[in-house]
Amino acid sequence: MSIYQVNEKGYYGPFGGAYIPEMLYPNVKELREEYLKIIEEESFQAEFNQLLSDYVGRPSPLYHAKRLSEKYGTTIYLKREDLNHTGAHKINNTIGQILLAQRLGKKRIIAETGAGQHGVATATVCALKGIQCAVYMGEVDIQRQAPNVARMKMMGAEVIPATSGSKTLKDATNEALRDWINNPVDTHYIIGSVVGPHPYPDMVARFQSIISEETKKQLLAKTGKENPDMVLACVGGGSNAAGMFYHYLDEESVQLYAVEAAGHGVDSGESAATTALGKEGVLHGSRSILMQTADGQVIEPYSISAGLDYPGIGPQHAWLFKSGRGNYVSVTDDEAMQAGLELTRLEGIIPAIESAHALAYLEKIPFKGDETVVVCLSGRGDKDLDNYMKYFDF
Amino acid sequence: MNTIEKKEGTPLLSIYFTAGYPTLDSTITIASKLEEAGADFLEIGFPYSDPVADGPVIQHSSEVALANGMTVEKLFDQLVDLRKHVSIPVFLMGYFNPVLQFGVERFCEDCKNVGVNGVIIPDLPMDEYEELYKETFEKNSIANIFIVTPQTSEERIRKIDSLSRSFIYLLSSNATTGKTLDVGDNTAAYFKRIQDLQLENPLIVGFGISDKPTFQKASKHTAGAIIGTAFVKRLKEPDYLAQIPAFIASIKD
Repeated sequence: MSIYQVNEKGYYGPFGGAYIPEMLYPNVKELREEYLKIIEEESFQAEFNQLLSDYVGRPSPLYHAKRLSEKYGTTIYLKREDLNHTGAHKINNTIGQILLAQRLGKKRIIAETGAGQHGVATATVCALKGIQCAVYMGEVDIQRQAPNVARMKMMGAEVIPATSGSKTLKDATNEALRDWINNPVDTHYIIGSVVGPHPYPDMVARFQSIISEETKKQLLAKTGKENPDMVLACVGGGSNAAGMFYHYLDEESVQLYAVEAAGHGVDSGESAATTALGKEGVLHGSRSILMQTADGQVIEPYSISAGLDYPGIGPQHAWLFKSGRGNYVSVTDDEAMQAGLELTRLEGIIPAIESAHALAYLEKIPFKGDETVVVCLSGRGDKDLDNYMKYFDF
Repeated sequence: MNTIEKKEGTPLLSIYFTAGYPTLDSTITIASKLEEAGADFLEIGFPYSDPVADGPVIQHSSEVALANGMTVEKLFDQLVDLRKHVSIPVFLMGYFNPVLQFGVERFCEDCKNVGVNGVIIPDLPMDEYEELYKETFEKNSIANIFIVTPQTSEERIRKIDSLSRSFIYLLSSNATTGKTLDVGDNTAAYFKRIQDLQLENPLIVGFGISDKPTFQKASKHTAGAIIGTAFVKRLKEPDYLAQIPAFIASIKD
């Protein structure tokens, strides 16, 4: 067993666990006891793989970005999660979890969402399976992300505003957990990132691990070697990074770069660079690294990218950071926006602002020229057009 | 080391309120007024930014308390003279992260120094408590109070009973705070089922208790009950201190 994967107690080094109120204990225990059994069933694997291929459109291409490579003087591939149905990697996880929920006999799905990408991916699979769906979304985010709210409603989901606290992702997560406490028997909570109590971080990482599983095969076919020298992915909670890193964790020659959102700058007071600013703590059911005051109150983060605007990171990321296996770095709003425009002009691909953070870090790596680099292009930028237009004054 | 005494015939009434609400310095005043009015023991909440087990009323009290400047450190400053003003048992209730940042050992020592009898931390699970923190709690004679819900298995309840040193917090239903108690037969049957386990520790019912009928219903098969949301709601009134005796009387008399 890899030292970078979860142990039998639900921990990654000192991080992880299940710090949940007793009211959630039976639900989480049921998941913990069943998730591996269910995921490993032949019928589950067959349905999961069939949906990933025929419905999501996998495998997603591994694209050799020649003009981008030329600019940075090395060989860069993009893992095109932006080409998935619903426009991002999020659907890999929601497909997996809806199949799991069905097999657990659950009749109702709840989810939290920030920018709405995970909410849309959840509403999508609930429509696909004809299961009742409620998505919690901060009141502030509902106003900022109207098209995604409309998508969820078209799919038949109920979008419930989270009106507590700062009315954003963290509070939507609190409301979803409260809903789960009040509906313990028939409801499954589809968490959208590698956060939450064990087994969620491991379960979500497994569903997202298809990203690196495909990358290995594709790279081998294209270059004759499975392993790149570096992989880069953005990190909010960290689900696309967890999937992009998964099959490289024990390949110590592969350098892992996890790019956080520095917002207006790490020290500006408006940032979401969790590993730079955070300390060990407990939030949303797991022990990890989170942005907090000296008194242990969670600090509201800031990033131009709603998907990276989370005050913590998943416990596996906390462990990859602390153990030194991963390089946890950050780029600012401005650097990400420039990188988003750059990819658009060089390759004709408009990336999500989240993914643009990973691209922006290319600027900071001193390439020698013979590297093979894979960047996880976790989502497409359609949802961000408003932001791009305002920022660049188009 | 039982810190609360079961009384035959008269159920125990405990009141929850959030430290630092409605004003930063109201903590001790409210506590002593509650004792005077006849509360049998108290739970003082220390606020947290993300209280997932709480409904809107207690969430709001926590937000206001934090905005007022309440912290764990500030609370212990306020509680230095606790035992000059309050003689009934006092428990602190809150979430784990503020305790972790304060330092679990320092937290337990400060509880002991100011005369707090125990703590209720809903998101500190039993296994983590037993493995990492039990020794520290017991060294300082601080009782850790565990929660039992209608879904908790008998095996787990027995384990909780063996780790408990004061009382067991029996949740009236699987819910967040501030919902109304279901006074139907199912709830009574559930309380009776737990009563029949004949546990070592007294059972105190919490969540959904708001008035005399729900209090009586809850304490029929248990040692007593806790009122939180219904009391915290009253702290919005300008004359909330003057209203405390009548509130307690409306439940106990």
